[in-house]
Amino acid sequence: MGSSSSSMDHIPNAEELMQETGFSAAHLLRLYERFEFLDKDQTGELRPEDFGAIGGLALNPIGDRIISAFFSPGQETVDFPSFVRVLAHFRPNGTNRTRNGTQQEPVNSRTRKLKFAFQLYDQDRDGKISRAELLQVLRAMLGIQVTEEQLQSIAERAIQEADLDRDDAISFDEFKKVQQVSPHPQTPTKETPLHPTEGGR
Amino acid sequence: MVATWHFALLLSVLLMVSRGLANEVTPDHGVDTSISEPAAGNETQSQHNTTGDSGHAGGHGGEPITTLPIVTWKWHHVSTPYLVALWILVSWLCKLVIEANHHVTNVIPESALLICFGFILGGMVWGADKVQTFTLTPTVFFFYLLPQIILDAGYFMPNKLFFGNMGAILIYAIIGTCWNAASLGLSLWGCHKGGAMGDLDIGLLQYLLFGSLMAAVDPVAVIAVFEQVHVNEVLFILVFGESLLNDGVTVVLFNVFDAFVSLGGSQIDAVEIIKGIISFFVVAFGGSLLGFVFGLLVSLLTRCTKNIQIIEPGFIFVLGYLAYLTAEMLSLSAILSIVFCGVCCQKYINANMDEKSVSTVRYTMKVLANGSETMIFVFLGISAIDKTIWVWNTGFILLTLLFIMVYRFIGVFFLTWILNRYRLVPIGFIDQVIMSYGGLRGAVAYGLAVMLDENKIKEKNLMISTTLIVVYFTVIFQGITMKPLVTWLKVKRAAVTELTLIEKVQNKVFDHVLVAIEDISGQIGHNYMRDKWNYFEEKWMSWALMKPSVRKSRDHVFSVFHQLNLKDAMSYVAEGERRGSLEFIRNESAFIDFKKKFGDEFSEAMPDIMANMSDDHGAASDRRRDPVPSVSLEMHEQTMKGMRETEDINTHHLLQQHLYKGRKQHRHRYSRSHFDVNKDENEVQEIFQRTMRSRLESFKSAKMGVAPPKTISKYSKKDQQQKMPNGKSLDRSKSYYSGDEDFEFSEGDSASGYDASGSTFPMRVTYRAGAGIENPAFMPDMDPMTPIQIPPWLMEAELDSGMVAPSQRAQVRLPWTPSNLRRLAPFRASAQSNDSFMLADAPATQQRDDEELPPPPSPPPPPSNRDGGYM
Repeated sequence: MGSSSSSMDHIPNAEELMQETGFSAAHLLRLYERFEFLDKDQTGELRPEDFGAIGGLALNPIGDRIISAFFSPGQETVDFPSFVRVLAHFRPNGTNRTRNGTQQEPVNSRTRKLKFAFQLYDQDRDGKISRAELLQVLRAMLGIQVTEEQLQSIAERAIQEADLDRDDAISFDEFKKVQQVSPHPQTPTKETPLHPTEGGR
Repeated sequence: MVATWHFALLLSVLLMVSRGLANEVTPDHGVDTSISEPAAGNETQSQHNTTGDSGHAGGHGGEPITTLPIVTWKWHHVSTPYLVALWILVSWLCKLVIEANHHVTNVIPESALLICFGFILGGMVWGADKVQTFTLTPTVFFFYLLPQIILDAGYFMPNKLFFGNMGAILIYAIIGTCWNAASLGLSLWGCHKGGAMGDLDIGLLQYLLFGSLMAAVDPVAVIAVFEQVHVNEVLFILVFGESLLNDGVTVVLFNVFDAFVSLGGSQIDAVEIIKGIISFFVVAFGGSLLGFVFGLLVSLLTRCTKNIQIIEPGFIFVLGYLAYLTAEMLSLSAILSIVFCGVCCQKYINANMDEKSVSTVRYTMKVLANGSETMIFVFLGISAIDKTIWVWNTGFILLTLLFIMVYRFIGVFFLTWILNRYRLVPIGFIDQVIMSYGGLRGAVAYGLAVMLDENKIKEKNLMISTTLIVVYFTVIFQGITMKPLVTWLKVKRAAVTELTLIEKVQNKVFDHVLVAIEDISGQIGHNYMRDKWNYFEEKWMSWALMKPSVRKSRDHVFSVFHQLNLKDAMSYVAEGERRGSLEFIRNESAFIDFKKKFGDEFSEAMPDIMANMSDDHGAASDRRRDPVPSVSLEMHEQTMKGMRETEDINTHHLLQQHLYKGRKQHRHRYSRSHFDVNKDENEVQEIFQRTMRSRLESFKSAKMGVAPPKTISKYSKKDQQQKMPNGKSLDRSKSYYSGDEDFEFSEGDSASGYDASGSTFPMRVTYRAGAGIENPAFMPDMDPMTPIQIPPWLMEAELDSGMVAPSQRAQVRLPWTPSNLRRLAPFRASAQSNDSFMLADAPATQQRDDEELPPPPSPPPPPSNRDGGYM
């Protein structure tokens, strides 16, 4: 996939990154190749447009939100370590193999995963999902199928369900609680299979 | 008390049956009976040995008569169907008796009790006849009892879970089954050679054949036991999916080995073995493919059945059965065929068919499946009481039991070990134990054993007895111990979940995020594949197989929203009805019933999250009872639990009556297809009839640049007078309307016009006065407009009644059906005459024939009417 046959030496701070994110060397290498592949103009940094060039992402209704989650506020580019750190959220939290990160909050813990998802909603980063923010996401996902007022009542209802302190917005704690109360069958897949063995399934 | 009565009834029925038998056992040449008699029966009763045809003919006078008989005794005429019906009745009564004793079924699973009942019944028949007259024959089992159970399983399959774990299921089903068959056959053969079971005339191939018929875990037994245990959904789908698919596998294996046995050991060379392996795959995948094709066929068919809604549900059963028979005809795997037929069509038929049809399908499916499951177990018991089949060989039987257990454990643990290397969420140790222990054998094995050819396999009876012992052991012993074991091992039970909207939204977001991350990291993984499939499915399959009208509003988040709204609306109504106050709405029991009922009825809106639905049911019935598996394929279980309480029945009744209150929600789904609007909200028709007409007029005239209010008066006034007699319904519709701002007759004037028409007379008078004022001013405008709106076919005959032609017809019919006027008139007046009409409940149904027989010289209501009305 990657144009250059990169080895671990090319990756800056490889050791540190591995420790921090829990990725294995093979993962890191693969991600680095991917990073270089995405980095069309070889600046060593990715711009939003680079992400936009990914075909599937353009079709994704919340693709732009996910892209923007890679960029820390105010920044126009993302370098490889940050790229990896974001992706590390999605490493399977090791019930089976990798138990290394349990001593302190690992980047791929359930809370951090939820936090990531939470930030997709919380565009103004005030720590709450307001009704307007929820509505935006809903609108993106439901698209033209549903009329505006239906969307609004869905948003209304969703907020009511989660909103425990009646402030008409969903805080992160409330958000977390919703997901914890009801472990949905789908939750396992929430961790994207970044492990190489997963890809084959 | 009740149970005793039931039992007495049962016994009397039984007595009738056995007396009928003892006196005149009839030959049974038809295949369409669930009771087949062994050859012995025919011989001993040879004087009656007329064929089924002559039996029929004889009833009509084979012999000369001397005088006119007033009544005659024509037992032969009806004997076969009569006995079939009686046995069905008896089996079901057994189930009734069993289910009446809760404390027993809590300990001993129902399937085990049914087998025990079978023992008793078999004993009685034996006592009366000295021969076992009724046994389960392979023909009956495979052609008449099994298909509906498998179709049911396929139709209610939680697709997402099933396909998500497809890899594991396939590995267990194919490799695991082959392993079981081979290891059992070889080990028994080894033990035989070692002299563990004396002198038996069984060769290696016969052992392998026996192994293959014993290999499969039986879905009927597994469902029967696991549905009472409520394990977590992944474990459930693994055991269940495996048992379903490996039935297909085991039948294939059985056929291959059967052919080998026929060929004889000397003829089998490498070529034959390779052919056997190829045939295995061809049969298995060919069957699945055939089922898929039939599934698509059903889906396509339901696209165009809107005019024959009454028999629409029948297509699913007929085509499902045809899928089974076709596969059988082509010697492909019939079981796999019907499974995949059910799996493939569920989404599309649920979407395409009317919701009444969907619930009909669901319930009929359950009735058939549950009924034949009951019969299978009872007859498994009955078949045992037959001296002729019992051949005892301690070594053979005990070793078979032992090997089955041991190899099942080994197989499951080994395969799981391999799978866990690739699974994101590994299967835990305890789950593996339960999976192994859940390897129940059942009627499929017995059916296959009976099919063995006595000429080729000398020890057929030993194999049958062994199979029966194994079935009894696994179903009764393992079935009884399963629940304590699950409790003792603290197996993760089904999670009790409440369906929430935010969660659904969240899961949708997660889906998108995962796909995006896979895109970014350049990995083609599970989510990527699923996304691609969804895209394909959405774009092509749905396009081809779904009605255009239902395709649109199918988003999951939206359907959850819809469902939640329905739930609320239903509980709101019921509690209001029951208590006269809404305080009770906080009581959870209200929610329970509604979820359950309406999950069934409306889940066609969301076939993909059917898993959630049944989940939801489970959670619902849970609160006060046992936990229920969150993915339960046995919807009947919850339904039955609910039905045990009269409270639930009441609620159901209330629901049926008051469904219309949900129209706020219905509107979302139905408004796009005019045909479906208000389908089951009879009363809403009245609202429509009134308000729509006036709204339409005002709408149109507004378009034409005329002020709206004028139109109301002319047409609705006339209609009011027609409708005023039914004061009650007016009252009701009025209250609905006012309670529901979402109904969007936004303009004040028409609303007030409506309200006025719906309320008491004085108000109406004021309204008319208003109309009177407005009318003259605008009348000149009106007249040129009228002809435009009245279609030509209405012009001559019904011009006098203006726009309201249909209601005029309703008026004409008034003398026939005074009692139904209230209901019918609005229907006729509305745009959707037929369909809403058919769905009107009881009183209207009598009327239906009258209404439909003379094909209405049907003035399709002015097209503009509809469009304006619902947009």
